[in-house]
Amino acid sequence: MNWLTNVVRPKIRSFLNRRDTPENLWIKCPETGQLVFYKDVEANQFVIPSSNYHMRMSATVRLKSMFDGETWLDLAVREVATDPLKFRDEQRYIDRLRDARAKTNLNDAVKLGLGKLDGMPVVIAVQDFDFMGGSLGMAAAEAVITGLETAVDRGTPFIIFAASGGARMQEGILSLMQLPRTTVAVQKMRESCKPYIVVLTNPTTGGVTASYAMLGDVHIAEPGALIGFAGPRVIEQTIREKLPEGFQRAEYLKDHGMVDMVVHRRKLRATLSDLCRILTKAPPPRARANLPARVKA
Amino acid sequence: MRSYLDFEKPVAELEAKVEELRAMAQSGNAVSVGDEIGRLEAKAAAALKDIYSDLTPWQKTQVARHPQRPHCLEYIAGMITDFVPLAGDRKYGEDEAIVGGFGRFNGESICVIGHEKGSATESRLKHNFGMARPEGYRKAVRLMELADRFDIPVLALVDTAGAYPGIGAEERGQAEAIARSTEACLGLCVPNVAVILGEGGSGGAIAIATANRVLMLEHAVYSVISPEGAASILWRDTSRAQDAATNMKITATDLDRFGIIDRIVPEPLGGAHRDPPAAIAATAEAITEAFSELRGLSREIVRRQRQDKFLAIGRDLD
Repeated sequence: MNWLTNVVRPKIRSFLNRRDTPENLWIKCPETGQLVFYKDVEANQFVIPSSNYHMRMSATVRLKSMFDGETWLDLAVREVATDPLKFRDEQRYIDRLRDARAKTNLNDAVKLGLGKLDGMPVVIAVQDFDFMGGSLGMAAAEAVITGLETAVDRGTPFIIFAASGGARMQEGILSLMQLPRTTVAVQKMRESCKPYIVVLTNPTTGGVTASYAMLGDVHIAEPGALIGFAGPRVIEQTIREKLPEGFQRAEYLKDHGMVDMVVHRRKLRATLSDLCRILTKAPPPRARANLPARVKA
Repeated sequence: MRSYLDFEKPVAELEAKVEELRAMAQSGNAVSVGDEIGRLEAKAAAALKDIYSDLTPWQKTQVARHPQRPHCLEYIAGMITDFVPLAGDRKYGEDEAIVGGFGRFNGESICVIGHEKGSATESRLKHNFGMARPEGYRKAVRLMELADRFDIPVLALVDTAGAYPGIGAEERGQAEAIARSTEACLGLCVPNVAVILGEGGSGGAIAIATANRVLMLEHAVYSVISPEGAASILWRDTSRAQDAATNMKITATDLDRFGIIDRIVPEPLGGAHRDPPAAIAATAEAITEAFSELRGLSREIVRRQRQDKFLAIGRDLD
């Protein structure tokens, strides 16, 4: 990050960002098709009140919804090579990256914060699906590794909100190498004997599930989240059958023993706080920090 | 019957002519064809050398998938003595897409785990074309744990298009099985060496290929997704597989340049399928050397070396 990304980009972004324009006053529930007032959804942690459909949350909003006082320390992540393959499909990879950065105001798909959860220091990483489908490349993996290493150094729990289409294909084999690389960091976390909690959000598939997202001490899934190794389309094409109802959804994974619980976003913060405290033998919080009534985008 | 790839056509034609002349000579109705056979054979060899000295990434993909390319069980038969195959994950089932067991390599105990694609219709079905289900990876984890406990090094022979995408595989936690297998590799306190024999297909490959030393055959390919898969996702057009193969940098030379593999194992002229015994011998030699580099290291150092090696991958690229 330099002054350019910090200072100029947000301005350009706010100019481009249409989230707050009247066009977005009403949004459509992807499940029921019902039109809902955007402000109501925002006030409900981006869960559609009538259908309980959990919409995606941006990394920043997610961090705000977790940390006490909506504040945290950003953690610096080691710089990585930008486009070692000089990759080009229909567009150049560096152009895709530039667009994703402008659109999300993030450096890459994973954002890190060190802050307090009901008074307990924790490191939280959030994968932002809006950044190239939350795909796992060198920069995103470096952030996951930094997050885990920081948690180890400081002796805090580590929580990751996973959301990803899988490995970042534009980085070819280097993206595949992020599976073992992040796993090394997970192993160090295990040795630190502090909780590593994975929250699987919609969708989490591919290489991310085949590495750190399935190696947590506790796996929590948000209702309805698509979670799996192969995408449903690939499976359908391979077996040439229609997939069963609810296949690869959070509830299905719970039934099949892959996640511990499916938790409504309303209860997520308290669940995470309790787990972190119980697993580290810390007493209950003196007072639950008041849940932010509304987390603004 | 040798099967030829489309780009091997000039060689196929010359070799067909040689066969024809041989048949004529045998039936006795030919004048002297010996000279002509020699001349054609030299020409075919030159054409083969010419083609194989400059294969495109897509052509290498085809060579890596060649039906007559030696597969895992042939390597095991050629390199490992007293091999005792073991079966089952002790949780659900036996997946023959991954074979494994214990035997001797150069006279010393070794654990071998590898993807087997099969070589004829029946065996291909039996081994599910080398595409493993969770049971395969859980069996791999089980064997690695045994090897670690008995202080026996692990050899992984990688040849898979990828883990199998199916309902049952997902139901039983394909992703978790792969993640645990990668983790088991990283936890080993005994040296492990992985060889990419043909196709190194994504998570299904890395699950057993996270090794102290990673070797790769000259015409093998190793990638995060198949060229067809990448073409369908990135170009929305599977016919762009050739472009995807080129852009994704999947050849041994590319991977060597990125510091992802430690050594390229040269193949016989015209690819491993032209001379499987020579390919297997060259691979055995490279494996011997790789293990000898790791000899005498303490258990903790072996594990740390592997972790550090993977953490360092890509950090000095620009």
